Amino acid sequence: MLRFIIRRLIITIPTILVVITITWGLIRLAPGNFYTSEKALPAAIERNIRDKYGLDRPWYEQYLKTMGQILRFDFGTSLKYEGQSVNEIIARSLPVSATVGILAYLLALIVGITVGSIAAIKQNSKWDYASMTLAMLGISIPNFVLGPILVLFFSMTLYWLPPSRWDGFPSKSVILPVITLSALYMAYIARLTRAGMLEVLRSDYIRTARSKGLSETQVVIRHALRGGLLPVVSYTGPALAFLLTGTVVVERLFVLPGLGNYFIQASLNRDEPLILGIVAFISITLLTMNLLVDIAYGYLDPRIRH
Amino acid sequence: MITRNGNLLEVRDLRTYFHTEDGTVKAVDGVTFNLRPGETLGIVGESGSGKSVTNLSIVRLIQSPPGQIVSGEVVFDGRDILRLPEAEVRRIRGRRIAMIFQDPMTSLNPFMKISRQLMEMTRLHLGYSKAQAYAHAVKMLETVGIPDAPRRVDGFPHEFSGGMRQRVMIAMALSCQPELLIADEPSSALDVTIQAQILELIKTLKQETGTSVILVTHDLGVVAGMTDDLIVMYAGKIFEQAPTRELFAVPGNPYTKGLLRSVPDPTSARGPLYQISGLPPDVAHLPPGCPFAPRCDRAEEICSKEFPPLVEVNQDHHSLCHFAKEVYAQSVARSSPSIGMRDKPELIPHPSAGKK
Repeated sequence: MLRFIIRRLIITIPTILVVITITWGLIRLAPGNFYTSEKALPAAIERNIRDKYGLDRPWYEQYLKTMGQILRFDFGTSLKYEGQSVNEIIARSLPVSATVGILAYLLALIVGITVGSIAAIKQNSKWDYASMTLAMLGISIPNFVLGPILVLFFSMTLYWLPPSRWDGFPSKSVILPVITLSALYMAYIARLTRAGMLEVLRSDYIRTARSKGLSETQVVIRHALRGGLLPVVSYTGPALAFLLTGTVVVERLFVLPGLGNYFIQASLNRDEPLILGIVAFISITLLTMNLLVDIAYGYLDPRIRH
Repeated sequence: MITRNGNLLEVRDLRTYFHTEDGTVKAVDGVTFNLRPGETLGIVGESGSGKSVTNLSIVRLIQSPPGQIVSGEVVFDGRDILRLPEAEVRRIRGRRIAMIFQDPMTSLNPFMKISRQLMEMTRLHLGYSKAQAYAHAVKMLETVGIPDAPRRVDGFPHEFSGGMRQRVMIAMALSCQPELLIADEPSSALDVTIQAQILELIKTLKQETGTSVILVTHDLGVVAGMTDDLIVMYAGKIFEQAPTRELFAVPGNPYTKGLLRSVPDPTSARGPLYQISGLPPDVAHLPPGCPFAPRCDRAEEICSKEFPPLVEVNQDHHSLCHFAKEVYAQSVARSSPSIGMRDKPELIPHPSAGKK
C-alpha cells in the first residue's frame, strides 16, 4: 500500500508540471498583455514595464524562471492586486470556496445516496420514477439557470434569502449557493447509487443474505450498500476537489469572494502569477483527491487491496 | 416437531409465475411432493425446468415483481409458509431451512470477512454473543474440513478457492442446525474432484445431523448415490417422481429414459452418446399438449393436443405421460428383476447398453 502511494505521488509531480506548462503556454499565446488597455501606452513606459517583468527576455528563460518559482511554492505577487502575494489571495479566498464546497458535497452525498438507495429498493415504483425524473432535471439544468430561478423565487418573490453577498458560515447567505452548487452532484450521485444498488441487489450474495433470514433493512445496510456505493466513491473524489476549489459560475452568480471568482478576475486581467497559482493549487487538490479515492477504494473492496 | 402424515415438508400444487413483457412464464406449474424427516430428495432437470424456482418459492425468496407465487401450499412443520407473515418466514429462513447455492464464487459477500458472514447466522437466530458466535464460526469451519480454520476465519472470500468457498457456504448453512438443507446445484460450478468432496461432505454431515436435504442438480450421476427419492422436472412440471432406485431401474417416462440414456457409461457404451433432440421449450409460450412432445421418441398425435395425465405406474411412482404404463412396462421387461433390487443404482446397466 505504501509503495502504491509513493508511486502515485511521484507520478503526480510531472502531471502538475504539464498542467502548469500548458496554462502558461495558453496565457502567452493569447494576444495582448496584462498592461494593455483601450489606450496605447507610450513606448517608453511599455519598455519599462517589459523590462521590469522580464518580458524582454527569451521565452524559455521566462518559462524556467516561472517554473522554478512554482516548484518552490512561490507564486509571486499579483499583477493587478498590488502588493498582495498570490499565496495570500488563495489563503483568503479558499475558505469561502471550501465552506460552500464542503456543504454542497455533504448535501449531495446525503440526499443523493438516500434517494438513490430508496429508488433502487423500490424499483419501478412511483417514488423511483419521481426521484429519477428529478435527478434527470438536476443533471440537465445548468447551474447558471438554476441559480437565477432560485434567486427569483426565494429572494425576489418570497424575500426569504439574500440573492447574493457573503456573510460567512453559518448564515442565510450560504443556502442558495450551496443548493445551486450541489444540485448537479446530488442528481448524479442519486443515479450512480441507484444503478450500483440495483446491480448489487440482484447479485447472488444478496440472495444468500436473504436466505439467512435477515430483514430487508439488514440486507441493504449490511450487505448491499458497500458494493452498491463503490461507483459513487470513484465519482466523489474528483467531485470533492472541484467543489472545494470553487466553482466559477456559482461564485460569480452569488458574488462570493472565493477562488473561482478570483480565477475569473485573474483571467480577465491577464494576471499571470495569480492564474498559474490557482491552476497549480486546483491541480494539486484534484490529484490528491484522486489518490485518496484510490486508497479508499482499496479499503472498501478487499479484492483489490494488493 | 409437529409433522403432517409424518412429513417434514409438504408442497402442494405450487405454482410460481413470472410476469414478463414476453408473457407469463409458468416457471413452476403445479408441483407437489413430500419430504420426510432425514430424507434426501433429488430434483433433476435441464436449465429452466423450474428446479431452482421451486426451492426459492419454498422459502419465499421469489423477487416480486416480476415473480409471483400464484397458488399452492408449502407446509413446513405443520404451517403453510406461503401464508405466514414475512417476519415469521424470516425466522424459518436460515434457522430451520438453510440454503446452499450453485456458484460459491459469487454467493459469499466479497466485502465481508468469512467470520462475520458466519457469525451473522448464530447471532441473528440463536442470540449468540460475539465471542460465542466467533467460536462457533471457527468450529463450523473445522467441521466442514477447512484446514487452519482459526486463522482462515478472518479471511475474505477471494482468499479461498472455489471448493473451499462452497465448504464455507455449507458451514454457514448448517450453523443453526437446520431441519432442512436445500442445496441448489452445490457442485455444478466446481471441478470434478472437488465436486465429489463436496457431495461426500454433504452426505456425511447429513448423516451426522439428521437434516433433511433437497438436492437440486442437472447431473443424474450426482443424485444417484445420494438421494432416497427423485423428481424429474421439465418445463415447470414434475414429469416423473419415484424412489431413486426404482426411477433409475424402471423409468416410466420417455423424458427420464432419454436423460438416463444420455449419461455416458464407460463400461459398455460405444459409439456416439445418445442425446435428446431439440431444445427445452420456451416456457412463456407452451403448446397445448405435452411440453416434451416435440422432442419425444414415443409421441403420437394425442401428445401435441392434450395435456398428459399424471399416472401412478407403481406405488410411489408417478409419471406424466399419455403412455406412462406402456413405457413403464417396457422398462420392467428390459431390466431383469434381480437388477431392480440391487443396492447400488449406479451399477445398473444402461437401458441402451449393448444395443449401440
